[in-house]
Amino acid sequence: MEETIKLHYVVPGDDFTRAGAASGDVKHTLKQLGVSPAVIRNVSIAMYEGEINMVIHAGGGEIDVEISEKDIKMTLADKGPGIANVELAMKEGYSTAPDNIRTLGFGAGMGLPNIKKYTDSFRIETQVGVGTTLFLSVNIA
Amino acid sequence: MSILFHSVRLDADKCQGCTNCIKRCPTEAIRVRNKKAYIISDRCIDCGECIRVCPHHAKYAVSEHFNELLKYKYRIALPAPALYGQFNNLENVDYVLTGLKKMGFDDVVEVSKGAEILSSATREMFENGELKKPVISSACPAVVRLIRTRFPDLLGNLLPTCAPIDLAAKIAREKAKKETGYTDEEIGVFFITPCPAKRTAISNPLCHENYGISGAIAIKDIYPVLVQTMDKLRNDEVESINDSGIIGVGWASSGGEAAGLLKERYLAADGIENVINVLDELENEKLNDLDFIELNCCTGGCVGGVLTVENLYVAKARLQRLRKFMPVSCNRLEDYFTLDDLGWTKELTASPAMKLADNVITAMKMMSRLKEIERSLPGLDCGICGAPSCRALADDIVRGYAQETDCVLHNIQVGGKDDWLPAPFRMKVQNEESGDKNDG
Repeated sequence: MEETIKLHYVVPGDDFTRAGAASGDVKHTLKQLGVSPAVIRNVSIAMYEGEINMVIHAGGGEIDVEISEKDIKMTLADKGPGIANVELAMKEGYSTAPDNIRTLGFGAGMGLPNIKKYTDSFRIETQVGVGTTLFLSVNIA
Repeated sequence: MSILFHSVRLDADKCQGCTNCIKRCPTEAIRVRNKKAYIISDRCIDCGECIRVCPHHAKYAVSEHFNELLKYKYRIALPAPALYGQFNNLENVDYVLTGLKKMGFDDVVEVSKGAEILSSATREMFENGELKKPVISSACPAVVRLIRTRFPDLLGNLLPTCAPIDLAAKIAREKAKKETGYTDEEIGVFFITPCPAKRTAISNPLCHENYGISGAIAIKDIYPVLVQTMDKLRNDEVESINDSGIIGVGWASSGGEAAGLLKERYLAADGIENVINVLDELENEKLNDLDFIELNCCTGGCVGGVLTVENLYVAKARLQRLRKFMPVSCNRLEDYFTLDDLGWTKELTASPAMKLADNVITAMKMMSRLKEIERSLPGLDCGICGAPSCRALADDIVRGYAQETDCVLHNIQVGGKDDWLPAPFRMKVQNEESGDKNDG
């Protein structure tokens, strides 16, 4: 039987001080498993960006992580406003983050492009007014 | 490495088995067993935090006793610049350096001299463009050990050079051999150290061979004798030995090494918790616009070392004052070495101490169990089991070093009574009996 580790995190909205806690825990877990540093970096950066997105845009959300010998799958689901134009959101430098967020150093329009860049598979399901779910995975080489 | 040398040790007689040290260890390297602390050798980075926090002074750092000097015909002191901040009303570093000679050293070479050479070398390496940015300083041995234990992904960012102390030792030894004709065995080279990590690095250098340092004497041990010697010094006895300036002496305080690079895009963090936070950010690639990152495990930098005498802020203020009387820098790389002389000769590898198992499948099975155990534990992180947190206990259990019954709440959770427990650990089971009565 294939061994998998399932982790579940609740990301609170509007609390920047706690954003990064989930990706930090996943990073710690992967280090203990002896997963290669490059894979750990990809997972933690992609997941961190996703966490920040949830905080900025969606009032929080939930993250499920499934670690197997082959890959690390992440599902990031929120009940936020949804993304009206996914193509635009995927463009580097495009952001709908409000000014107060930008002054904190976030909202550079790199969130989704970065998540795609650091993952081996990337799928987004979004509906305006309903929410957004990201399905990500990073292969363990 | 065959045998792991650690300068941080436990004095079991003094240890009361309390939980102060286990909570503060940055690599979770301490457990309490049978009412005594136990240091897990593979994990210890010799930062000295446990020495700092132990209320019973049961943790100490091994360093050389003065008697060790007697083994050598020619003795050289290499004072760390942090030493200069320990004395009141000091305006001339030569008082300290002459004092060391009066105490029994034949020669004194300042570590700040090695620091200036290293600053000059680092500037050249930056110009050559061969470094992976942001470059992390490798001067603090505890930081290097922390990175190989907890942040192996960042090993490639470490500045691949020896430390100021190594260069000072090499210069001192060569000079002594040339001037006196003594052999290497007859010459003793002693670092006057502010911290245990540097003592460890002498016996157990990770990236190169020992540059000829015989041992280290703690600042706190040399201080009482040195102060007395300095008090007796007449002005006309003071020799002109000082051969380093603001840049070299600046290395004693956090930010000094970075300032010596004459670059603007740098960050300097000190204090182990802050260092860990910065490394976390760096690992998430959030600091990629920086050229240089200086990290010191001790708050304030080396001047806050656990083997110093003076309050770190007082010492810092004194160093600040000393700068007034100093030139900017007195030493350049090309006057002594080439870049090849100070590079690493051994590969720095990640420490496997935190890994659950070598085999990923085994590690995953252990991790699944670890998570399951962690969920079953109360999450109080009380430390009574001897591990710093519930997660650490779960970790110990899957590795076979502890049992679930080590948790005092374990029996309660499987249905026992908890009257015997202290208040924070009792669970409110019968609502109608407690609680309401107090209101009336």
